[in-house]
Amino acid sequence: MKRRHLLATAALGLSMAFGGAAMAQDKTKACFVYVGPIGDGGWTYQHHQGALDVQKAFGDKVEIAWQENVPEGADAERVLTQMALGGCNIIFTTSFGYMDATNAVAAKFPNVKFEHATGFKREHPNVSTYNARFYEGRAVQGTIAGRMTKSNKIGYIGSFPIPEVVMGINSYYLHAKKVNPNVELTVVWAFTWFDPAKEADAAKAMIEQGVDVIASHTDSTAPLAEAAKAGGKVIGFGQASDMSEYKPSPRVSSIIDNWGPYYVKRVGALMDGSYQQADAWEGIAGGEVLIGDITEAVPAEVKAEAEKLRDDIAAGTYHPFTGPIKKQDGSDWLAEGATAPDGDLLGMNFYVEGITGDIPK
Amino acid sequence: MFGGIDPALLIASLMVASVPILLAAVGELVVEKAGVLNLGVEGMMIMGAICGFITAVETGSPTLGFLGGAAGGAALSLLFAALTQVMQANQVASGLALTLFGLGLSSLLGQNYVGIKPPHTGAVPFGPLADIPFLGRVVFGHDPFVYLSIIAVAAVWAFLKFSRGGLILRAVGESHDAAHALGYKVVRIRMLAIMFGGAMAGLGGAYLSLVRVPQWVDGITAGAGWIALAIVVFASWKPWRALLGAWLFGGITVLQLNLQAAQVGIPVEYLSMSPYLITILVLVLMSSGRGKAALNAPACLGQNFHAAR
Repeated sequence: MKRRHLLATAALGLSMAFGGAAMAQDKTKACFVYVGPIGDGGWTYQHHQGALDVQKAFGDKVEIAWQENVPEGADAERVLTQMALGGCNIIFTTSFGYMDATNAVAAKFPNVKFEHATGFKREHPNVSTYNARFYEGRAVQGTIAGRMTKSNKIGYIGSFPIPEVVMGINSYYLHAKKVNPNVELTVVWAFTWFDPAKEADAAKAMIEQGVDVIASHTDSTAPLAEAAKAGGKVIGFGQASDMSEYKPSPRVSSIIDNWGPYYVKRVGALMDGSYQQADAWEGIAGGEVLIGDITEAVPAEVKAEAEKLRDDIAAGTYHPFTGPIKKQDGSDWLAEGATAPDGDLLGMNFYVEGITGDIPK
Repeated sequence: MFGGIDPALLIASLMVASVPILLAAVGELVVEKAGVLNLGVEGMMIMGAICGFITAVETGSPTLGFLGGAAGGAALSLLFAALTQVMQANQVASGLALTLFGLGLSSLLGQNYVGIKPPHTGAVPFGPLADIPFLGRVVFGHDPFVYLSIIAVAAVWAFLKFSRGGLILRAVGESHDAAHALGYKVVRIRMLAIMFGGAMAGLGGAYLSLVRVPQWVDGITAGAGWIALAIVVFASWKPWRALLGAWLFGGITVLQLNLQAAQVGIPVEYLSMSPYLITILVLVLMSSGRGKAALNAPACLGQNFHAAR
């Protein structure tokens, strides 16, 4: 009995300590929901850097809170409700799978602002969405992949078959094909955002099939670690974060998600009252997508070509999806010179012509 | 070649992929045979992963790293042992708490170790044996821990079946009151079993962070501990079946990734589902009552023992 009593008191004490922090109402409280651990070295790490930028920018006027490892599904709704009740003024939900939970909870808390990353549903006036044009970075990676592959087999570790990922695969393939018509793409779906052992196994399976350039859409550095075991024959890219510890090879370049400016802008807008519902989609030009340093493992002329592509995209003179492009089944998608409308990209559920295999349903 | 997949490479990677869950499952099997249900396998694995990683990085020796991993897992399991065996806490709740605690503590310990490469663990030098076609790649091309995990299965099997110690351990798991009446130290035996389970889970975790992935990232085990728990039930507490279960669970993951990489048009969902379907099937068969398998669960599993009762 006594022991139980002790535990109950301890639990009460803990909940009061956490609850107490939420009482300070004069501060703006920005909350973040993460799908993985902050130490993943990739996706979640970058979101957390953005959260820290908010703290840095506003100092004492802002309080930030976050929760790691929140599963996509019913648990997410619980966490969001708790955050909204706990005094959060703005909540950033940083994974595609939180889309329905975000909208469901937003309906119950009209005074709390919700910001959902990479989704497309804004069912209530207090829900905004934001995303980055990662496919622009994939175009740069594809160019490097097409030039660097010796076996003409390049690989892509997909997480889930959602438009965001399919877009990346198509952009990667199109630009590899452009510089190397013989290139073949192997896609492996991991059906997870974060499982280092599985990601390593996926990379290994591709390497055994002769793939020598691997791009990944999952969150950890495990595919690069697996590529490193091949002793210089296989290269890859940093995903979401720079992953510079694998420089100069196998990591020859990277896509870095830079959420800080957006988070600072939105929290700032909330504080000065200029906040509006939004659907933000910035890319290389807006600074949300950064291309990490291209290392000396890449020949100078390839590096120059990739950097020129990056600069053209940034300047707005080139769109990675510029026609003529056909769909996988041979039907027309974009006519000569036409660029893809955002709606097509956000709902993308088809491969472009030349990619083999099907997108899992 | 089968559908573009080299079977030798497939079997070889299957064996490697199943080592962490196999080590953890064999450890948990011994714990459950002693009548203790420790649901903290995931937490002990990840503690093993980070402790092993830190030891290996600081000393430069993978062998010491594995010892460190085993020590880390065993140390965390001592906490569980103290809670359940000394303080008589509920085993299910303590086990779950152990997992949560292990995940958090490992993340704290690992803060400065993200992005560091551990020292390399080489393959066992079998010399010319490794050059035999097929067999060389499948049997003689691994690191020491692949063999160690299989030896561990054999050792646990022999211990439980043939040794006096194994008999006492099983007696404690089947009826702790009877074992106590015979003069066996029930609590001491269970604590030793729990520590063994912790050390094995720690080894499994260290294998993940030192060989299979090899690096430290938060949450590296990603549910492997839960699969190890499922394997123990799947194996109906028999060591060799645990080996089979580990190869099945580990193998299916590797197989479906390989099938995708080889662009074989089999829907991956069915393959990913299959180990769990088989587990459900085994559970149904076991709980149908008539079968011998139903009698295999240790009778005192999950019950606390207090000598005064």
